[in-house]
Amino acid sequence: MKALRSTFLGPIVATLLAIVIGGILVSAMGYNPFSVYGSLISGAFGNIPSLGNTITASIPLVLCGLGIAIAFQSGLFNIGADGQYWVAAAASVWVGYHFTSLPGWLHIIFCLVVGMLVGAIWGGIIPGLTKAYVGSSEVITTMMLSYIGILLARYLIEGGPMQEPGSNPQSPEIVQNTQLPYFNQTLMQSQLSLVAVAITILAAVVAWFLLYKTTIGYQLRAVGFNQRAARYAGMRVTLYTVIALCLSGLFAGLAGSVQMLGVDHRLMDGFSSNYGYTAIVVSLLARNNPLGVLLAGLFFGALTTGGQNMQIISNVPAALTDVLQGLIIFFVACERIVPQIIQWYRRRRSLRSGVAAS
Amino acid sequence: MEDFLEVIDLKKWFPGVKANDGVNLTLRRGEVHAILGENGAGKSTLMKMIYGLLEPTSGEIRLAGQPVHFRSPREAIQAGIGMVHQHFMLIPALTVAENVVLGDEPGGVNYNRREAVRHVRALSERYGLDIDPTAKISQLSVGLQQRVEILKAFYRKARLIILDEPTALLTPQETRELFNIVRNLKAEGIPVLFISHKLDEVKEISDRVTVMRAGKTVDSVRTADATPQDLANMMVGREVVLRIQKEVAKPGAPVLQLEDVKVRDKAKNLRVKGITLELRRGEILGLAGIDGNGQFELADAIAGLLRPEDGRIIFDGHDITHMTPAQRTERGIAYVPQDRHADGLVLEFDLVENTILRDFHKRPYSSAGILRRKPAEDYTKRLIEAFDVRPPQPARKAAELSGGNQQKVILAREVSRDPIMLIAAQPTRGLDVGAIEGIHRQLVRLRDEGKGVLLVSLEMDEILSLSDRIAVIHDGRIVDVIPGDTATREQIGLLMTGSRTNSEVASS
Repeated sequence: MKALRSTFLGPIVATLLAIVIGGILVSAMGYNPFSVYGSLISGAFGNIPSLGNTITASIPLVLCGLGIAIAFQSGLFNIGADGQYWVAAAASVWVGYHFTSLPGWLHIIFCLVVGMLVGAIWGGIIPGLTKAYVGSSEVITTMMLSYIGILLARYLIEGGPMQEPGSNPQSPEIVQNTQLPYFNQTLMQSQLSLVAVAITILAAVVAWFLLYKTTIGYQLRAVGFNQRAARYAGMRVTLYTVIALCLSGLFAGLAGSVQMLGVDHRLMDGFSSNYGYTAIVVSLLARNNPLGVLLAGLFFGALTTGGQNMQIISNVPAALTDVLQGLIIFFVACERIVPQIIQWYRRRRSLRSGVAAS
Repeated sequence: MEDFLEVIDLKKWFPGVKANDGVNLTLRRGEVHAILGENGAGKSTLMKMIYGLLEPTSGEIRLAGQPVHFRSPREAIQAGIGMVHQHFMLIPALTVAENVVLGDEPGGVNYNRREAVRHVRALSERYGLDIDPTAKISQLSVGLQQRVEILKAFYRKARLIILDEPTALLTPQETRELFNIVRNLKAEGIPVLFISHKLDEVKEISDRVTVMRAGKTVDSVRTADATPQDLANMMVGREVVLRIQKEVAKPGAPVLQLEDVKVRDKAKNLRVKGITLELRRGEILGLAGIDGNGQFELADAIAGLLRPEDGRIIFDGHDITHMTPAQRTERGIAYVPQDRHADGLVLEFDLVENTILRDFHKRPYSSAGILRRKPAEDYTKRLIEAFDVRPPQPARKAAELSGGNQQKVILAREVSRDPIMLIAAQPTRGLDVGAIEGIHRQLVRLRDEGKGVLLVSLEMDEILSLSDRIAVIHDGRIVDVIPGDTATREQIGLLMTGSRTNSEVASS
């Protein structure tokens, strides 16, 4: 219990500090911070549709965040989740409007599996093998492949083989069978599929189980914490480096897949979504704990949808949510300051009482 | 000699812990005074109070007769107290002179580099601390970096030097050089507080020694009046066995045969240059040598962490030269590595995860790729009890244990797998007398059970006390192998420098 508290105290304090400083910024700009935050919260959670929007927005963040968390726990930095997301999205959509004779559920699974595999190849096989055998830094390779992936997806619909005949740069729609069901009208407005929610929660649980309850996860974490000790213990460090990056890409690919089947239904221009980058912050805020990623992803989803409402109601630019994100990253990154501040405060206090006593 | 520093009935209580509970100490001008105590005896707490890092709960510190209350190290430094920490606080990218004057630069904002170099050079000449003020810290050895720390203290006009475990990271030569420096300081009339848990060093360098145990000072004695055995008993609070009593070895079949093994380290330097050696069951073979002569590369190569460039390694009759570390583990090789933090443990893992580090993939600790916590935890509890690991909590992170207990965890893991051979590299480095005794007993027990033990150590006493045979390594080659019971320090010391005795040179 104590360990749990100390794990999450840092991120929570960081978030609160970011909110307070964001509030000070807003009042400096001449707005009432309470009404601004009020509009942000009501925009994110105020009614059923906005809550739905928040959850919809958080799903790709959570799934990408899980992949990044697995990489982090294995001591690796997957910066290219965005590219993995888009190549997987393109592959899933392609499968989604072909193979029309397949039964619906099988077709959905086929789309998801292809998306995951493509993500794993893009994020894991290429950067993983080059890191393992040539020693190239995965930070560079995942990032460069990310640009290649995004531009590849863009080419496919802008004059490439996946462009739908017509004027818009977009692919054909995936067949009705493969679109994740919405079940009712309200959920449909928010484009929230409960199947996507179920997949996301399941993915988080699987990631958690994998990391903490299996020998694969044990080895991933050992390699991540202390590569030399892992080698000493007889683990195959290079193999687990590749596995870690593959798993990381697999979850990012799943994010792309689920987003296509559940929300977009076709590949179209949306390449500046930056899910892969926001997900890094999600993972950091969650201290790379898969179950924490669920909560952190929801929080960032809320920032996105709430930010839009905030802009409409309070006239504060939605970019403020970007500022908040930046502040949170800042405080999470320097959360080591928090214990130091506490220690400093205690020291001051004990010194004072010491002086008073003497 | 008058008293320069007095500590009177000093106490420091933390919630639930009496870290210091009645410490008395007098340091006279011009003496080297050792504080001897096991890890956790309260030495660091005492030093932190003298240095202004902690406020005493009660008691008094007097400097030159005046009571002092330091609220920060800055105040302690101003009063003339210089401290050299065990872990140096230097900036690698800066030069010696820059590090020394940092925070108190000549010329203030308008930093005067030439003046800084001149001043540091003058100080180093005065105190016999031979060093080039313009050299970069990153290019200096650990021993030289320590000199920079001492210079830092004198630049701030220290009248008293505290050395906190100063030899922990030094090679034997560097230790000798440090002792020369300490003797210079003594000749200059500067009192030195020498904190250590190593008996032989305290014996060699100090004039008086104060022994601490469980937060209290046991006694202060003239060093010349006390035997190492007396000091050890005072330190531990019971009769300690310094030199393990053991039966005569009954060596059996060869368990490890090295045939002209050559090994390069990670930087591709040839460190082991052709070693042929044999270890038998039921014997402890000591590998003695000065640090950096290839002994640890050889140990890594036997364990499979470094690939030999040439030669063959035969273990229990099988050629294992090209086997992976995991395969060697399966064949019965156990390895206590030199650097327990870097290799032996995953510090962020708890004790359960660390004890199954080699066997996690086997029943009962996992089945079908799923970890099973309960059997692993039961096993860990048994090891904790058998090896007296403290605190006895399996869910503790390895990082939270003391060095001695971390070493017990590694040793427990390695020997409880019932290996055929144990490679123990520096198994007692940094441990206190009580813990060393326990680990030495374990090594002898393994030997008596008929296993082969290869003991790689830089501590001459350890080699002499445990080894049935002693192989001396110099510059990647075995200089000689001599019987352990008749070996002397002088003989080994000479071999360690690479020179054989005259008769053998003549015959070869």
